[in-house]
Amino acid sequence: MRGLGRFLYDFVVGDDPLVAVLVVAAIAAAWLLDRAGVEAWWVVPAAVIAALALSLRRAARTS
Amino acid sequence: MASLSLLLATFLASAVEAVEAFTIVLAVGVTRGWRSTLWGVAAASLALAVVVAVLGPAVTSIPIQWLRIVVGGLLLVFGLQWLRKAILRASGYKPLHDEEAAFEEERAAAGAVGRTGSGLDPYAFTVAFKGVLLEGLEVAFIVVTFGANHGNIPLAAAGAVAAVAVVLIAGVVVRAPLAAVPENTMKFAVGLLLTTFGTFWATEGAGASWPGGDAALLGLLAMYTVVSLLLVRLLARGRGAAVAA
Repeated sequence: MRGLGRFLYDFVVGDDPLVAVLVVAAIAAAWLLDRAGVEAWWVVPAAVIAALALSLRRAARTS
Repeated sequence: MASLSLLLATFLASAVEAVEAFTIVLAVGVTRGWRSTLWGVAAASLALAVVVAVLGPAVTSIPIQWLRIVVGGLLLVFGLQWLRKAILRASGYKPLHDEEAAFEEERAAAGAVGRTGSGLDPYAFTVAFKGVLLEGLEVAFIVVTFGANHGNIPLAAAGAVAAVAVVLIAGVVVRAPLAAVPENTMKFAVGLLLTTFGTFWATEGAGASWPGGDAALLGLLAMYTVVSLLLVRLLARGRGAAVAA
């Protein structure tokens, strides 16, 4: 069971969990903003670019 | 436009993974014999068909808004993994995938293991099974998530099957690892498509509406392409400066 969990984690999340955390936070933020009546379509794309840049910076620093 | 993108994404993703699986199968088949290797391929193909047949209806039974938020989110995280690796490869931080090197490595490993009797060769069966299953699982995931969100799993599966057929025919004709296939560029394109569609569906699932409706997909794809190429340039420049110092 633990092996399967590990496999699924590696399969979806991969090398950098920060990306997954930021994506989930962005989707939640978009949902909350939309409920509050605020335009929220820009939230996820902005978070994607930020997550990608941050994750690549971390990878470049450690290699 | 969306149907074409669906076909393109599943075709490209499937082609890339099929090329990698073909290299493993070819190395094992040439070194250990074809009978057990092909049994491994057949068993893995059957397992993948079962995964798609079971997961497809299960995923499509989820209400559309939850499907978009959960599956769109998963697709986005998964797509960003592909894109991140593609950018690291293109900027020199990760080695480019080399099918000939992978073939030689796999062939050396297969030759180093002893044989047991004249029946089924467990090594050839297991390596072929594992290679096809692991490469195929990524394709199955893309087929099910893309197909379900688009409401057309058969079209997504058709794109994947067509790619496998093209790779197989090319492999049989060439009888060597398909090193000339621009795998790294294709992985870059798949990462961009998965990230674009993942963003689009996850945002819709969160309740937000895109300005311009489906046309926003083109805008997202263009924006992510420009940003990714810019990141490749910035990273490559940083790496060049670090190497020179």
